[in-house]
Amino acid sequence: MTEVVIACAIGVLAGCGVWLLLRPRTFQVAIGLSMLSYAVNLFIFAMGRLRVGAAPVLEAGRAANPAAFADPLPQALVLTAIVIGFATTALLLVVLLAARGFSGTDHVDGRESK
Amino acid sequence: MLWSDHLVMLPIVLPLVAGAITLVLDERRVALKAAIGIGAALLQVAAAVALVRLADASFATVYRVGGWPVPFGIVLVVDRVAAILVLLTSVLGVAALVFSLARWQRAGPRFHSLVQFLLMGVNGAFLTGDIFNLFVFFEVLLAASYGLALHGSGGARVGASLHYVVVNLTASLLLLIGASLIYGATGTLNMADVALRWREAAPPDRALFEAGTAILGVAFLVKAGMWPLCFWLPGAYSAASAPAAALFAVLTKVGVYAVLRTGLLFGTGAEATPSVGTPWLAYGGMATIAFGALGVLASQDMARLASYSVLVSSGTLLAAIAIGSTALTGAALYYLVVSTLALSALFLLVELVERGGRPGAGILAVTAEAFGAGEGEGEEVEIGIAIPAATALLGLSFAACAILLAGLPPLAGFVGKFAILNALLRTEPVPAASWALLALLVASGFATIIAMARAGVRRFWAAPNGRPPRVRAIELAPIALLLGLCIALTVGAGSLIRYLDEGARALHAPGGYVDRVLAR
Repeated sequence: MTEVVIACAIGVLAGCGVWLLLRPRTFQVAIGLSMLSYAVNLFIFAMGRLRVGAAPVLEAGRAANPAAFADPLPQALVLTAIVIGFATTALLLVVLLAARGFSGTDHVDGRESK
Repeated sequence: MLWSDHLVMLPIVLPLVAGAITLVLDERRVALKAAIGIGAALLQVAAAVALVRLADASFATVYRVGGWPVPFGIVLVVDRVAAILVLLTSVLGVAALVFSLARWQRAGPRFHSLVQFLLMGVNGAFLTGDIFNLFVFFEVLLAASYGLALHGSGGARVGASLHYVVVNLTASLLLLIGASLIYGATGTLNMADVALRWREAAPPDRALFEAGTAILGVAFLVKAGMWPLCFWLPGAYSAASAPAAALFAVLTKVGVYAVLRTGLLFGTGAEATPSVGTPWLAYGGMATIAFGALGVLASQDMARLASYSVLVSSGTLLAAIAIGSTALTGAALYYLVVSTLALSALFLLVELVERGGRPGAGILAVTAEAFGAGEGEGEEVEIGIAIPAATALLGLSFAACAILLAGLPPLAGFVGKFAILNALLRTEPVPAASWALLALLVASGFATIIAMARAGVRRFWAAPNGRPPRVRAIELAPIALLLGLCIALTVGAGSLIRYLDEGARALHAPGGYVDRVLAR
């Protein structure tokens, strides 16, 4: 059941993200990129295989069965991806505002299509 | 571990430290920042030369970052190809920084930090042996390149940067999807380990792995500028300021290198050929050459002409890699080095040539004022003296760039293209794809020479107002350096081609790389 829910969530987020990415307004593009990156982050997380109630960190000093734990690596990767995605989205917002200031429109091409 | 073992890390640590130092220095201390920036770039050249010699002495040197055991930690791997590309990057860094001394370093904030971070990202992408680390270095170089694309500001730059940022952010997301699919299928991110493990994967995992490499390849090809993923490139590159564009000339090559490295490593067979999607890569490369050549012919503006030449160079490399015999890869790598140097010189040159006549030339002065850099900024603030006979020198340099890019004798561009053609015709019988690439290479050279001759005639012989551009010696010096290197590579073509042939042979036999990284 978890798999279905996660898969649907990723699919809906990615679908919305792609649709917004193809819209003509810069703000829609920024939101679309954010949604796409949420979808990708969830996807990376899911690539470590979904486990319910399994901790990712081994306890110190105890020999443990690795099969009883969740894979910690994708979780570390997701953290990196979140930080990088956050920073680049912030930069995109600055560029978006600057483009609005220079061209006087929020169309991605800098001019309204007829 | 000896001190010299840490040499591998130097091309990444040096720009990181220099970038961090210049970041905290006050914007007004321009001279100090420039000294740190150029000093760090020169040290990088020295480190890269040492790496080239190291790679010549041993097959591949593996550096385990933090000393972690191999499949778990991140590794950096230096082999011949990576070492030469790191050297190429640091030379371009020196040229761009010296060029920017005259005026561009004052055209916006944090120029020197951005350049250093860009160099760090590019060097790291060439050296790393880990897929996720490759993503991180791609992000470092992209983040710095976003800043550099905006350097100097102005409506045209911001508009072009918006497209550039959005396209490359999307490509980075694809890179992430590809990397995580590969992790999900093989359980490792170390490239050598992946190359070993995917063969043992169960069929459903095998399918996941192949999907992952395909998505990874698409992400790399967006950076490399393969048609039809390249429409962002001409706008962003032609709008960028001259030193930024000169550095961007190497960014597409990072994508090409990533395709080459991962394609051969994850390929099949002993005499490895990149298996996944190879015919598509060949046709895509050829389409890129055709698109670039048409763009070169159609460009009225010299900066756009240079940007489309980037596409021609990229397409040639991609097609040559896809057809992919060992000799062809070696020749293509030589062509990569020469065309990158020539393109970089052309981007610097275009700004000088068009300085007098272009209506957009005033943008720089306006933005320099907006940033409050140097009150009363005028001709007297510029460093260096105006040199006489500027038009003649610019014309000569432009002719040299045209000859290099079109691949006419006697310069190195000809040697590169001839080596590619020679390698193409060496297989018996010559496949149809090779004939097509051969025809396209000749035709694109012809298109380049027509377009550049037309642009040169219009600008140097038939300029409507005969006012010669004011050019400083410090601006011509980096162009002379880059073109001088091209001439040196013409003379010393034999030794470089031999070196790169060795490198190509190692790339085509990934077993050695895998053994060395995993220390088996």
